[in-house]
Amino acid sequence: MTSKVSGIAASDGIAQAKAYLLIEPDLTVEKTSVTDTSLEKERLSKAIAESKEQLAKIRAIAAESLGEEEAQVFDAHAMVLSDPDLNDQTHAVIDNEKVNADFAFKQVTDTFIAMFEGMEDNAYMQERAADIRDVRKRVLARLLNVTLPSPATIEEEVIIIAEDLTPSDTAQLNKKYVKAFVTNIGGRTSHSAIMARSLEIPAIVGTKNITELVSEEDYLIVDGLEGEVFINPSEEDISTFDKKAEEFAQLKQEWDRLKDEPSVTKDGKHVELAANIGTPKDLEGVNNNGGEAVGLYRTEFLYMDSSELPSEDDQYNAYKKVLEGMGDRPVVVRTMDIGGDKELPYLELPKEMNPFLGYRAIRVSLDQDDIFRTQLRALLRASVHGTLRIMFPMIATLPEFREAKAILDEEKAKLIEEGTAVSESIEVGIMIEIPAAAVLADQFAKEVDFFSIGTNDLIQYTMAADRMNERVSYLYQPYNPSILRLIKGVIDAAHNEGKWAGMCGEMAGDQIAVPLLVGLGLDEFSMSATSILKTRSLLKKLDSNEMKELSAKALSECSTSEEVVALVNHYVS
Amino acid sequence: MEKREYSVTAETGIHARPATLLVQTASKYNSDITLEYKGKSVNLKSIMGVMSLGVGKGADVSITAEGADEAEAIEGIDQTIKNEGMAE
Repeated sequence: MTSKVSGIAASDGIAQAKAYLLIEPDLTVEKTSVTDTSLEKERLSKAIAESKEQLAKIRAIAAESLGEEEAQVFDAHAMVLSDPDLNDQTHAVIDNEKVNADFAFKQVTDTFIAMFEGMEDNAYMQERAADIRDVRKRVLARLLNVTLPSPATIEEEVIIIAEDLTPSDTAQLNKKYVKAFVTNIGGRTSHSAIMARSLEIPAIVGTKNITELVSEEDYLIVDGLEGEVFINPSEEDISTFDKKAEEFAQLKQEWDRLKDEPSVTKDGKHVELAANIGTPKDLEGVNNNGGEAVGLYRTEFLYMDSSELPSEDDQYNAYKKVLEGMGDRPVVVRTMDIGGDKELPYLELPKEMNPFLGYRAIRVSLDQDDIFRTQLRALLRASVHGTLRIMFPMIATLPEFREAKAILDEEKAKLIEEGTAVSESIEVGIMIEIPAAAVLADQFAKEVDFFSIGTNDLIQYTMAADRMNERVSYLYQPYNPSILRLIKGVIDAAHNEGKWAGMCGEMAGDQIAVPLLVGLGLDEFSMSATSILKTRSLLKKLDSNEMKELSAKALSECSTSEEVVALVNHYVS
Repeated sequence: MEKREYSVTAETGIHARPATLLVQTASKYNSDITLEYKGKSVNLKSIMGVMSLGVGKGADVSITAEGADEAEAIEGIDQTIKNEGMAE
């Protein structure tokens, strides 16, 4: 029987395939007495050998899809597997206690994990303990003869079903076989959703209980446009969706033709459609989707993908790659935004009650300015390779901006004195994500070169609603007139001083928000690369004067988000 | 038996990258190779053993190799240590 499950549409597209449950199996180990200890030792070596083989396979896939550096984590796993101490101690337990290999291996690894977790130099040792856990899972699964989900080794078309997908899960996904994914938790801005959009596969998140409803043999249709999953669809459903998928493919083809076209409204008004990126590798997506700029380069991945602070040269190389890759198209680089939901084990920032309201982003940079200076020097050195714009995140007050700018100027002067070339035309702006800065935008506009509105955080701070908390997710209301008024204030303030205003949150590529933002006069829209062509196609249908009328009406007459949506639908159909 | 003594100079001690490199080098040889620190000795071919010692900067350690290729082993390890600036 067909059943339908709804969730949040996180990435466009339609897919159908067999379900693949990415769920951890039960790896509980029973202690049993054995007489043939050599048989147990043999079982252990076989399990270890098979795990090694599997790891090598995963490593090769990860190296290909993610790059050599990311794949190195699997080398650490392989080393643990080859560890003679681990092997000898497990053998000793098997021999001395006459127990099964599963139990002995679990006991020995437990000791190592406890030892590492109990050691000083916490962050690093925690990681090693995690490596051992990961490796142990692999070996125990072999010994217990259960299948460990291993997305990297999938070799047929599947739809992934999971509680949530972690970065290391998505790292292993092979786009050739993974047609879509559906998760229990998450929202449009969670890691899994962002990943799906950059992989360009349909995804539905926040279904609450998809893992309980789907079993391994089920056939699924995922409608990423509507956010619906069909479990074991009828022939009729399948043909309906085949048609829908075909229509969507056609639409996509139409968008593809816009790749090299300018981004203009029906009446010829140009806006800039830019892309958000996290690593130099994302440039491919920017170019494939006709991005006119990088509107947000999230540099924190440089810090998060490393076990220590990235050096000035490492950073310089990454920035240079992006700037060169974009040619004369501008690149807005956001300085380190660590803290909040992005932790850095090696910085050992204390745990906070309210991390989103705490020590993060520019607050860390100004406090630990050696880290900040290293990043700024790398940026300044890279500036000669393209059109660099520097953006400070989480600015709440003008003195914060002035201090950050002064540090930048100091480093620039130092570099010039050292004889290093630095571009003379670097624009310096701020991200507007704190309501205090939005309200005081007219004062900021006198000193900054540009604004970029970060809507994900601006909405959460304005609504006082944690965007990770599903119970208050109804308060994530980008179209609420309160949010629109803040945005209007920011754009007007920029224009009054002859500056430009952009947006780099999810909202910039939202098909309901775009007409309003065009009406409000937003200059730059930065979004997931995969939303650019869809937005360019929408722009062509909008008349900028009509949109002005629409946004003026939304701001003066609407009192709720629903009313705004109804008004937009009335204007744009 | 070949034995050498070192004083660790690397900021991170014998952790992370240095530990990995040492284990990788030691594993190339057939000899039994041990790392000794504060009266405790571990198998230098075991990453978990090496890290369990918690060797920090300034520590005095000794490395012993015993077996057919002990001379090459101690030389190879010595080179890794010097090249990486781990110890003197």
